[in-house]
Amino acid sequence: MSPKTLYDKIWDAHVAHETDDGTCLLYIDRHLVHEVTSPQAFEGLRMAGRPVRAPEKTIAVPDHNVPTTPDRVNGIDNEESRIQVEALDKNARDFGINYYPVNDVRQGIVHIVGPEQGWTLPGMTVVCGDSHTATHGAFGSLAHGIGTSEVEHVLATQTLIQKKSKNMKVEITGKLNPGVTAKDITLAVIGETGTAGGTGYVIEYCGEAIRDLSMEGRMTVCNMAIEGGARAGLIAPDETTFDYVKGRPHAPKGAQWEAALTWWKTLYSDDDAHWDKVVTLRGEDIAPVVTWGTSPEDVLPITATVPSPEDFEGGKVEAAKRSLDYMGLEPGTPLNEIEIDTVFIGSCTNGRIEDLRAAAEILKGKKIKDGMRAMVVPGSGLVRAQAEEEGVAQVFRDAGFEWRLAGCSMCLAMNPDQLQPGERCAATSNRNFEGRQGRGGRTHLLSPAMAAAAAITGRLTDVRELM
Amino acid sequence: MDKFERLTGVAAPMPLINIDTDMIIPKVHLKTIKRSGLGKNLFDEMRYHDHGGEKEDFVLNQPAYRQAEILVAGDNFGCGSSREHAPWAIKDFGIRCVISTSFADIFFNNCFKNGILPIVVAEEHHDIIMEDAHKGENARISVHLDVQEIITSDGVVIEFEVDAHRKHCLLHGLDDIGQTMEKAHAIDAFEGKASQERPWV
Repeated sequence: MSPKTLYDKIWDAHVAHETDDGTCLLYIDRHLVHEVTSPQAFEGLRMAGRPVRAPEKTIAVPDHNVPTTPDRVNGIDNEESRIQVEALDKNARDFGINYYPVNDVRQGIVHIVGPEQGWTLPGMTVVCGDSHTATHGAFGSLAHGIGTSEVEHVLATQTLIQKKSKNMKVEITGKLNPGVTAKDITLAVIGETGTAGGTGYVIEYCGEAIRDLSMEGRMTVCNMAIEGGARAGLIAPDETTFDYVKGRPHAPKGAQWEAALTWWKTLYSDDDAHWDKVVTLRGEDIAPVVTWGTSPEDVLPITATVPSPEDFEGGKVEAAKRSLDYMGLEPGTPLNEIEIDTVFIGSCTNGRIEDLRAAAEILKGKKIKDGMRAMVVPGSGLVRAQAEEEGVAQVFRDAGFEWRLAGCSMCLAMNPDQLQPGERCAATSNRNFEGRQGRGGRTHLLSPAMAAAAAITGRLTDVRELM
Repeated sequence: MDKFERLTGVAAPMPLINIDTDMIIPKVHLKTIKRSGLGKNLFDEMRYHDHGGEKEDFVLNQPAYRQAEILVAGDNFGCGSSREHAPWAIKDFGIRCVISTSFADIFFNNCFKNGILPIVVAEEHHDIIMEDAHKGENARISVHLDVQEIITSDGVVIEFEVDAHRKHCLLHGLDDIGQTMEKAHAIDAFEGKASQERPWV
């Protein structure tokens, strides 16, 4: 048998039909659904009189629109948001799919809820009408975002029309230095490859620094594979994965667990498998990083200065000019002198318990800077409950953070959590696009520990100074 | 789905690279539960002032390009989220074809599901088409999907590649779901086999 990559193995196990030109029907094991990209898909099913083919493999949760303030138990004020969430309530009920409503303690960001509940398992195909579906690749599952037409296609047929992508290996060798996290790895990789560097590829992340990561860290890395342009990011499952999955509500049990484990242990790239592209970074070379511009590829170590458009070539010159203008930054300014007024900790990138712990570790016994607006939005109700139990929530409250309910919140600002024009935010989320966190808002992406450091000093800060 | 065969129209130049889905349609317009009506908010933050008036210098606000049917865009167009609201807004505005040197994966897929033709061309061809687009409403570009050719206003013919299956669907206006339903026997067979091999799924 010819050697295969992990991607090859998962792909081959899910092809339900293939035509001569390589167009495949890929069978989908888990379909995650949220309120923003699904209403038109369910409407399409209704109009055609079609059922959901596999409701037991379909899981819905509202996350993008939901307010994160305690008063949400009384309902959603914004009419459009309320209509979208109510539409999901109704669609979940009418079509009989698994559902976590807004005030269920298990509600949260769809990419945090899926793994937490054991819906996401190694070797699966996972899709969702959301680009950050790449997150689930941390389990060694092939997971990617789809558009609403494809959501309808999966609801109706449990398959997706796909052609195979190319294989890309991203290896992070060695150990990370103190203060450097999974977020720094994933941003550093995008800084290296660019936001289009992964287009046409599925990435497998490997190497010692990746193996050393917890599942939370691995999810952070895979989450941003899409920001590098890749269809999906994968990490081969290992004992860390199996330990995380075991005992979760929807994980296999007993004899099925043993059978699953036997198969999962075959899910790795063979030694002599073919890679279409290889990128290698040394873990020791990665510093705590921040973004300075309006593309996730605009990454620099916190010790650097704001670049000049002349530092770039081609279309990037104009793009950099536009970014600097939008961000209100002067070339040559040290990044650690950039003052911020808002800190956002949360999102499907960094809204898990380990992220909150890392931020709390820096914040312990300290206060955020006067006038700073700082909020922490746990990724799920269960993450929130765990942080309460561990005392992490109290550290945030004592430091002056707002302690919110679970949702996507200020990552994309569809709910009331938004920046005002000109406000500058240190954010643990995944996109620094113009207007992403609110019209005219300015976003610097960084790790939870770096966000905590910035909250204390009021400027982008090298977290190593506070450790 | 609407068919796409041949199109001749004004092409609007947007040379900026990495035009993302938040630029194409900001999230405040994702709260709809419909597919229609998003054209007025296409490129909302680039196109309108905060108080609502049009920004005169934005390409689609210029008289020459208000009826543009083709967009010639910089590299990595459509990066970012999976929101199909992006192609919905483009189509609702009246644009049926986007030409760039590369597209983000999900956006590219979404276009084909909505009767929009995204075309990837080499940089030297992109330069020619972009220059033509800058000529305004007098420069009408033709896109012939059937023979896979772009013809500039000067008569320069540029060939392009397109996936055969996707071309077939666009030319005939075919929806995917109906076609897949015809292969239900294969899906049934796969499910039967997979439930034996991986019963925990």
